[in-house]
Amino acid sequence: MSKLTSVSALDELRKDILSRRDPKKTKLSVCSGTGCRAYDSEKVIDSLKSGIKQHGLDDKVDLVTTGCHGFCELGPVMVIYPDGIGYFKIKPDDVDDIITETLSQGKVVDRLLYVDPEGNVITKEHDIPFYKYQNRAVFGSNQSIDPKNIEDYLAIDGYQALATCLSSLSPEEVLETVKKANLRGRGGGGFPAGQKWEATRNAPGDVKYVIVNADEGDPGAYMDRSILEGNPHSVLEGLLIGAYAIGCQKGFIYIRQEYPLAVEHLDRAIEQMRELGLLGENILGTGFNFEISVHRGAGAFVSGESSALMSSIEGKVGEPRPKYIRTSISGVHGRPSDLNNVETWANVPLIINKGVDWFTSIGTEGSKGTKIFSLVGKVNNTGLVEVPMGMKLHDIIFKIGGGLRDGKKFKAVQTGGPSGGVIPEDMLDLPVDFDALNKVGSMMGSGGMIVMDEDTCMVDVAKYFLEFLADESCGKCVPCREGITQMLHILKMICAGEGQPGDLELLEEIAAMTKACSLCALGQSAPNPVLSSLKYFHAEYEAHVNDKCCPAHVCKELITYHIDPAKCKGCGKCLRNCAVGAISGTKKEPHVIDLDKCTKCDTCFMVCPPKFSAVTKLSGNETLPVSES
Amino acid sequence: MSYSLAKVDRIIDHYGADAEALIQILLDIQHEFRWLSRETLLHTADRLGLPMNQLYNVTTFYKHFSLVPQGRHAVSVCVGTACHVRGATRLLDRVAQGFKLSPDETSADEKFSLKTVSCLGCCALGPVMVVDGKYMSNPTSNEIAEIVEECE
Ligand SMILES: Cc1cc2nc3c(=O)[nH]c(=O)nc-3n(C[C@H](O)[C@H](O)[C@H](O)COP(=O)(O)O)c2cc1C
Ligand code: SF4
Ligand code: SF4
Ligand code: FES
Ligand code: FES
Repeated sequence: MSKLTSVSALDELRKDILSRRDPKKTKLSVCSGTGCRAYDSEKVIDSLKSGIKQHGLDDKVDLVTTGCHGFCELGPVMVIYPDGIGYFKIKPDDVDDIITETLSQGKVVDRLLYVDPEGNVITKEHDIPFYKYQNRAVFGSNQSIDPKNIEDYLAIDGYQALATCLSSLSPEEVLETVKKANLRGRGGGGFPAGQKWEATRNAPGDVKYVIVNADEGDPGAYMDRSILEGNPHSVLEGLLIGAYAIGCQKGFIYIRQEYPLAVEHLDRAIEQMRELGLLGENILGTGFNFEISVHRGAGAFVSGESSALMSSIEGKVGEPRPKYIRTSISGVHGRPSDLNNVETWANVPLIINKGVDWFTSIGTEGSKGTKIFSLVGKVNNTGLVEVPMGMKLHDIIFKIGGGLRDGKKFKAVQTGGPSGGVIPEDMLDLPVDFDALNKVGSMMGSGGMIVMDEDTCMVDVAKYFLEFLADESCGKCVPCREGITQMLHILKMICAGEGQPGDLELLEEIAAMTKACSLCALGQSAPNPVLSSLKYFHAEYEAHVNDKCCPAHVCKELITYHIDPAKCKGCGKCLRNCAVGAISGTKKEPHVIDLDKCTKCDTCFMVCPPKFSAVTKLSGNETLPVSES
Repeated sequence: MSYSLAKVDRIIDHYGADAEALIQILLDIQHEFRWLSRETLLHTADRLGLPMNQLYNVTTFYKHFSLVPQGRHAVSVCVGTACHVRGATRLLDRVAQGFKLSPDETSADEKFSLKTVSCLGCCALGPVMVVDGKYMSNPTSNEIAEIVEECE
């Protein structure tokens, strides 16, 4: 590839790429994202490659390995274009049929299609409820491109927005566009991106930086990772546009080292940009110069905070500093620096290409555009979903997510990660909107959405987040370090059955102190998981403290395992699986657990065949149900 | 793998011995040898002209760095939120029992290291255990024992 020296040369290249592609040709888009890889998608892809060759279909079929399609629950997934047929849970053994039936004869392999809960078979991917209710403006491109091939990105109008900005818009006009679109930060806080860009642009100094925050610290989310793995150029293009508007020549990408595939794809994308002259000096002959360096983060949640992240880029410990002077004025090396989240940057090219009116037509009054969520936990359709802002939580969880697994009852949904809160059932009418979620004590956060059912203990969840935060607090300021530690201590006691009267009031008091006095947002928001669960699930806390009972049967110290003699058929499965020999019994006779030996490992509960469900957990004053016979 | 300072030098040179690239250099060294020996750190400090305390500061702050050797087999249990609500605590107990290790510990014969990690991007399989890159969804005690047996 030779360097592009003008905007028209980019247009020419795009035309050339498109002229070499036939939209009617069969295209297999096979997911090779992290989720599908865990299901052995790489083996499926290898068999497809060799099968296509063997059957001499090379000229008739394009095989594209892509990033995450979103429906990770049913991985490995594949879509066959131009018809848009969706195949799911593909095994290497299915490849033969895909080739001989679908590719050679145009017949659909029924067993690989999606079947909805009512038993209806759905052939086209976009008719599946999981996809039908989404608006995949940002994430949808993932399945059309091979992230390792810049030509695929160019074929879907990639770098068109950059070319428009560089050739026909002034930096001020670009800035105005983003401000008018009211693009708010997708990394958690929802701060208007245009305003931050403007502050950096107006800050004194010649050298300024733009930065991508790809630290994705929320322990229950993977959307930023999947954008970078699946469509790195969309983020890079956004970054270049921002740099042009702000007046920067250098950008950084701060990415978790735990995301090796994303780092690999980013590095490759940057290399290809450089080959094409989309990085370096005089980009597209417009006089705009830009360089990028990738900085891998070595694992510290607090380093996702803006000032901490910047000191980490300088090779130091990533601890926050007081922000009397904001990082938009003094960031990396004391220079004005603009930091935005992966998804924020990825929205920028869309706004330029499709216009402010398009962007603001989606969403609510204060929150425009779409938001990607990692919809996970006890929900049927686990995956990444992108919805218009303003969609009701209920619709996301039930229409897209397909409701709760195993017919369980919904209990709460958690958004905002360790800084967010739990939202109970009677609030599911809430729209996803930065301000609406803040109002109820949670927050939008970066996009973690964890669905919880009746078997989830809310005290345990609060303890979980505080354990995470206690580990991750940098310890620089006392209110956060000690506040979190003390709240965690109380929660541990409560979960161990040693809660005292007055504990809940004390929790509230420490929470208020930690919120008010911590230096950075880690400490300031750390009480949210505790306060929101205390507010909406107070009775559950009381049961733990007063009755030493964990109603959800989660807190280990408060439960015991039993075998219901009325249900046990003596199949012996639990006995064979108990690692400590705590179960005894003869074949076909009810088995018994020796509570002194039982380590509460949960294995017997897992392996007892569902038709018997004889293993039961009891807590507090609960007793085995009296048998009817 | 035994470490050689020549390899360390190559990594440092790749970054032009730039002190600001300290974290990137240490990540590469850690990747190469799976841990950071005192000798390596002293050498790196020397080459970059940094005080040793800055290297200790950085290596103890960030979780990825290990100042002790790591086992030949990497065992991780996801304790991300989705896995947590699906029973990661119990899985971690079983794994710890099966491998006879606590989280963040390496066995005396340097065979296994057990780590907890945050979301691996495959929450649909949760709770997950990964042994040397192989993913397993909520294995029982017996299944874990089999894995322990299989590892050389
Ligand atoms: C403790 C802490 C951790 C954070 N982690 C992240 C993160 O992993 N990813 C992210 O985009 N923002 C994170 N943020 C928010 C950033 O500080 C910053 O607000 C954000 O990257 C700005 O981008 P945005 O305006 O586009 O959202 C974190 C904030 C705090 C206080
Ligand atoms: S609030 Fe916590 S994480 Fe933030 S600076 Fe203080 S101690 Fe560190
Ligand atoms: S919970 Fe575990 S230790 Fe206890 S009886 Fe069941 S299998 Fe055995
Ligand atoms: S990783 Fe394949 S669908 Fe998400
Ligand atoms: S939380 Fe464990 S894989 Fe996502």
